[in-house]
Amino acid sequence: MNRTVSSSAVSASWVAAKRAERMRRYWLKLCGLLVLLVAGFLITLGYGKTSIPLGTILRVLSGEAVPGASFTILDLRLPRALVSICAGLCFGFGGVAFQTMLRNPLASPDIIGISSGASTAAVFAIIVLSMSGPAVSLIAVVAGLAVALMIYLLSWRNGVAGARLVLVGIGISAMLFSTTTYLLAHAPAWSLQEATRWLTGSVNGAQIEQCLTLLFALLVFGGLILGQSRALDTLRMGDDVAASLGVRLARTRLIIVIAAVGLIAFATAVAGPVAFVAFLAGPIAGRLFGQNTSVLLPSALVGATLVLFGDFAGQFLLPARYPVGIVTGILGAPYLLYLVIRDNKSGGSL
Amino acid sequence: MQTVQSKELQAKTLHAEASTTPVQKRDQRLQWFWVLVMLGLLVVALGLSVAFGARVVSLNDIYNGLSGQLETISEAAVANRIPRTFLAGFAGAALGLSGAAMQGVTRNPLADPGLLGINSGSALAVVIGVAWVGINTETAYIWYAIVGAAITAVCVYAIASLGRGGATPLKLALAGAATAAALSAFATAIILPRNDIAGLVRSWQMGGVGGATFEQIRVVWPFLLFGLATVLLSARRLNMLALGDEAAAGLGENAARTRGIAAIGAIFLCGVTTAVCGPIAFVGLVVPHMARLLIGPDYRWILPFSALCGAVLLIVADVVGRLVVRPSELDVAVVTAFIGAPVFIWIVRRKKVAAL
Repeated sequence: MNRTVSSSAVSASWVAAKRAERMRRYWLKLCGLLVLLVAGFLITLGYGKTSIPLGTILRVLSGEAVPGASFTILDLRLPRALVSICAGLCFGFGGVAFQTMLRNPLASPDIIGISSGASTAAVFAIIVLSMSGPAVSLIAVVAGLAVALMIYLLSWRNGVAGARLVLVGIGISAMLFSTTTYLLAHAPAWSLQEATRWLTGSVNGAQIEQCLTLLFALLVFGGLILGQSRALDTLRMGDDVAASLGVRLARTRLIIVIAAVGLIAFATAVAGPVAFVAFLAGPIAGRLFGQNTSVLLPSALVGATLVLFGDFAGQFLLPARYPVGIVTGILGAPYLLYLVIRDNKSGGSL
Repeated sequence: MQTVQSKELQAKTLHAEASTTPVQKRDQRLQWFWVLVMLGLLVVALGLSVAFGARVVSLNDIYNGLSGQLETISEAAVANRIPRTFLAGFAGAALGLSGAAMQGVTRNPLADPGLLGINSGSALAVVIGVAWVGINTETAYIWYAIVGAAITAVCVYAIASLGRGGATPLKLALAGAATAAALSAFATAIILPRNDIAGLVRSWQMGGVGGATFEQIRVVWPFLLFGLATVLLSARRLNMLALGDEAAAGLGENAARTRGIAAIGAIFLCGVTTAVCGPIAFVGLVVPHMARLLIGPDYRWILPFSALCGAVLLIVADVVGRLVVRPSELDVAVVTAFIGAPVFIWIVRRKKVAAL
């Protein structure tokens, strides 16, 4: 008897020690990601047609007025870097929330048509209604929610099956994409750069005000998602298990959908539908952090890193200047195919 | 002990006997009825296409334009509509036939050149040809498009076939969507820094039949004919494929060879269309389903009927595109997307998830 009691006491503390170690590893990796992001941020501020040393960057950021460097950093590079990071955070967060809720990495907002809804609405507002600024973001959010609702309703037939949701999303996405392409092709001031921004995403011409909109979205919608993080974690075990553990399925799903669509729509209204970031942030974070941990925050950071480094690569590392959407599209698509192949080989999760 | 040849003979005689029963006779009459209806619709569509467009013309103008008098702008507009109508008709027939063949080959109700990313492959191939090799003849575009379509089709099918269940509709659609996104990104990446070929962008991004010329049709003819012949001649074999690979093999059919031949025909057809008109999606998806609903599951009827329906659909879509936003035009690809997406969703809803 004594031995049984002491061995169970040992195993309890062993489990606690393991858990603590896991948490330590998690926070370590998270800090690592954060460091990577900050390093990338400083690099994008420093590197360019004129290279600015780190010390000068820090001085400018702390408010000092350095002739030459101040303009380059504050007016040219900082808005772009900040918008990249904020948009990436939004994309990553929204994408992983959707993927976790639907328990399927392939059910990401940009594949099932929600990004298309937001970007078509934004293009329509800008070209046909001649709006700009926060009004465009608002229209994009409303349109994104409307499209999400439509996809959900259209794929509902005694419940929503993942396969049907994805297929309906692909159909709606095709319809909206052709509308966007048409609007752009016949726009009064047609420019390939503008068109590419809205078809694949770009942070060219970013402004600080857009950052504020994105931060607002992150606070409100990101907060909503984080509030549901325990429920999301439990949802990963399946609907029935989650319901029996006290998760209110309908309410959680509704909140997550609204929050995720809101994040994606705001980010799309600012940067266009940056290809694949929302889709890839979750799986990449999953591979870095292990499949069994919740990766909400890491995915946001991964998203921000993808957009930041993607834009940097598009500007300086390729033979011509490309918007970030092209870079993430070209790099992301093979990875998507790899995931599809791997998913297929392991039996598929739909 | 029966040889393969006598098995085929048996199947043939069974088929011949079956086609003379009363039920079959009634079905055949219904089939011919629908064919005649579709032919009638085609004539109506041809008329509509010449008469209506972005510019309002009178009957006199129509008559004059058709008979070759080109004195006023209205008459010239009518004369311009003629090659356009023909191109829409041929492209629609090609796409409809191609889609039907693809659905037969993959036994997959969601197969369509646009959805499977094959159009993007053709477009990328043409862009590469123009940007890096400097091709500029219609025939060269067509060959590049066909090669691009072939490579993409093989890759997408291979990716979707991995794993349990082979190439299910969902896996094909996903592989197609991913491939289309990737190839579009590549094409944009190639075109973006090249201002000299920016004019190609429109034809690559948006599928349409505006600006069609008889010269284009003349060039396209042989390819269309080859594709048509190849696909139509595979009709009987596609019927056997539809029974399943094992049953088809039991009837003496080489499934791989049939698939290969029909696929080559389908690829020729959609490659040619993309090269001349740009990427047009959903025609190959919608038309075979319509055909199956009206005319039954026999591919010997479905294939020609799909060609007919495809022609009607695209001509009507072009007319609608010209009327809806007068005085400017909606490209045909937008109209087909708006018609096709709801049909696509309807198909997806109709079938049980397991069957998808």
